[in-house]
Amino acid sequence: MTSDTPEKSLSLKQRFDRWMIKHGRVLVIGIPYIWLFLFFLVPFLIVLKISFAMAEYAQPPYSSLFDWIEEGVTVTLNFGNYLFLLSDSLYATAYLNSIRIAAISTVITLLIGYPMAYGIARARGSVRSILLMLVILPFWTSFLIRVYAWIGILDREGLINAFLLWTGIITEPLIMRQTEGAVFVGIVYTYLPFMILPLYSTLEKMDVSLIEAALDLGCKPWKAFLKVTLPLSMPGVLAGSLLVFIPSVGEFVIPELLGGPNTLMIGRTLWNEFFANRDWPIASAVAIAMLVFLVVPIMWFQHTQSKQEERQS
Amino acid sequence: MLVPEAVLDRAHEDVHKTQPWNNPDAVPYIRFENVTKKFGDFYAVDDVSLDIYRHELFALLGGSGCGKTTLLRMLAGFEEPTSGKIYIDGVNMAGVPAYERPTNMMFQSYALFPHMNVEQNVAFGLHQDGLPKSEIRTLVSDMLALVQMTKFTKRKPHQLSGGQRQRVALARSLVKNPKVLLLDEPLGALDKKLREQTQFELVNIQEKVGTTFVMVTHDQEEAMTMASRIAVMNEGVINQTGTPFELYEYPNSRYTANFLGQVNLVEGVLIDDDEKYAVIKSDEGGCEIYIDHAVQGHRGMTFWAALRPERLRLTKEPPEDTKYNCVSGKVEEIGYLGGISTYHVRLASGKRIKVTEPNSTRQIEPRYTWEDPVWVSWEAGAASVLNK
Repeated sequence: MTSDTPEKSLSLKQRFDRWMIKHGRVLVIGIPYIWLFLFFLVPFLIVLKISFAMAEYAQPPYSSLFDWIEEGVTVTLNFGNYLFLLSDSLYATAYLNSIRIAAISTVITLLIGYPMAYGIARARGSVRSILLMLVILPFWTSFLIRVYAWIGILDREGLINAFLLWTGIITEPLIMRQTEGAVFVGIVYTYLPFMILPLYSTLEKMDVSLIEAALDLGCKPWKAFLKVTLPLSMPGVLAGSLLVFIPSVGEFVIPELLGGPNTLMIGRTLWNEFFANRDWPIASAVAIAMLVFLVVPIMWFQHTQSKQEERQS
Repeated sequence: MLVPEAVLDRAHEDVHKTQPWNNPDAVPYIRFENVTKKFGDFYAVDDVSLDIYRHELFALLGGSGCGKTTLLRMLAGFEEPTSGKIYIDGVNMAGVPAYERPTNMMFQSYALFPHMNVEQNVAFGLHQDGLPKSEIRTLVSDMLALVQMTKFTKRKPHQLSGGQRQRVALARSLVKNPKVLLLDEPLGALDKKLREQTQFELVNIQEKVGTTFVMVTHDQEEAMTMASRIAVMNEGVINQTGTPFELYEYPNSRYTANFLGQVNLVEGVLIDDDEKYAVIKSDEGGCEIYIDHAVQGHRGMTFWAALRPERLRLTKEPPEDTKYNCVSGKVEEIGYLGGISTYHVRLASGKRIKVTEPNSTRQIEPRYTWEDPVWVSWEAGAASVLNK
C-alpha cells in the first residue's frame, strides 16, 4: 500500500489505479471529444461535402467530388448550390423569417423565464427543489406528444375554443392553430426550461447582500434590481437566450405541427429539399449556410466577450 | 492623513471625555426600546433596550447566534422588530424601509458591486440621491483620499486585496455621510496583522468624521481596542454594557468576565462579611479568599471569585501569610510566548488555574518547569466577586 512497495508485488487493481491517476484525465476529456468527433464533426464534413456536389438521380442522390482519372485525383467543387440559395428569394425569406421568429420567441421566453428563475432562486430550500423539479418535469414526456397536446388545445375544436364557446364569449371558433402565434406558443413552451435553468444558476449564486447594499445606499427595490441584479445576471440571460435562440432558428417540428402553410422557416425548407425534392446538395447547402449565419456571429461574440473578461482580470 | 472638508463634522465632541452615558440629561442618538425579534419560535433578540449616543463607536460583542447581527440589521432596516421600537435621532424607524433610513452599512462580505469599479462603487449611493455630477466627483475623490485608495479608482473589486476592498466598502458606506454607520464584522475578513493596523485606522477615521459607528464583532480584542462602549450579548440578551475598562474591571457576570479577556472563576461560599471586607471559602480553590470590599449577599451564599491570570503571582516558596489568597499546586502546562509566559497550575482540588507572568528580565533558563510545586497568590483587591 505504501509508495515503497516494489513494482512487482502490485495487485492488478493497484496497477489500474496508478494507470488511472496518470492517464485518467486524458481519458475523461478524451471520450466526449471522440464522441463529438465521430457524431458531430464527421457528419458535418459529410454534409459539407454534399453541399458542393450536384444532384443526381442515383444512389446516393448526388455526384462525387473526387474523380479518379489515371494517376491523379480531380476535385470538382460545385458552388452552384450556394449561388442558387442567393438567387431564389425563398431561402433568404425563410432565413430571415426563422431568425425573426426565433428572436421574438427568445425575448418572450426571457420575459417569462426571468421572473420564474428569480422566484425559484429566492424560494426556501425545500420549495426550491420542488419548483426546479416542476420545470424539468415536462422533459419526462416526449417532446412530440407535448407539441401534439398543443394541437388539442389550440385547434378549431380544441379546448380553448370549446371553453370560450361554452361561456358564450365567442360565437365563432377562433383560428389559433396554423398561425404564427401558435408557433410562438410552441417554441416558448418547449424552450422555457432552457431559459430558466441557466438564469436560475446565475441568480442563485448571487450574493443577497449585494441587493441589501443597493437598498442600503438608497435604491428602491426595482432600481436595485435594474442596477445590480440584472447586470450581474447577464451571463445567465445570454446563456439562456443562446440555448433558446439557436435551436429555435432551425426548429422543424413546431412550425410543421402548429404553424400554417405560410409560416416559412428554414427547418421546413430543409425538410422539403431533402424529402420532397430529394435535392440533397441544395439541402446541405441550406444547412451549411444556416450554420455560418448563426454560429459564426455567436462564436465571434463569445470570443470578444472572453477577451474582454481576460483584459479585465 | 488628509481629511476632506466635506466629510468633516467639526462640532463633534470627544465622547471619551464627555461620557454622555453617565449624564442623565444626555439625549441618546439611537434608542432600542424593548426590541424583540423572533424567527419562528426562536428569539434572536429578546426584549433589548439600549441607548447609544452621538459620536460613539459602539460595539455589539458576542458569540455567533447571540443576536448582535440581528440587532444591527434591524437598525439598517433589513429586519423589522417583532415588537418594540427603534429610534434614530428621535425618529421612530418603524416601517421606514432600508433605502430611506439615515444609516449606511459596511457588510461583512463588503458586498462591493463586482460589475463596477472602485469609483462607481463609492459613487453609487450618491447617484441614488440625485446629486449633481461635479459634487459626486468631489465627494468620491475626497472619500477615496481619506481611505487612501486614490490610486485604485479604476480597479474592479476582484482586482483588489482584502484590505483594499475593506477600504472601498468603508468609503462607499461613509460617503453618504449617514447619521449612523453600521459595521458588520468590519475586520473579520482580514488577517491578524492587517486587522490590528486597520483597527486604529478605523478609529482615527471615526474620530475625524465624527459619525456615530455601531459595529458588530465577535472579537473581544477588536471591540476593546476600538469601541467607546461595548454591549456584551448572549442568547438575544444584553449581558452588560459599559466602557472596555468597566467591563474588564467590573464584570457583572461570569459570562462577561469570561468573554472579555481570560479569567479563572473560583466558586465559593461567603463565610464572613463586613462593611469593609468579605471572606469567601472556596473548596474548589482550596483556600479562603479575602475581598477588600463589602459584597451584597448573606453568609452561606454562593459566589464566584474572578481572578485574572495576569494578577496572580507565581512563587516557589509559600508567601509570608498563607491564611488568605494563596494556594499551592503543580505546574502542569507552560506556554512560553516570549513577552509573557502562561502557566497552568493544577490545585489539590483538581481545579486548574491559569497564571500569566511577564518575562520582564532576561532569563538564563526557564523559571519553572513541568511538575514544579508552586504557590499561587494574589492581592486582596485582585478578585472581583460575581453572583451569577
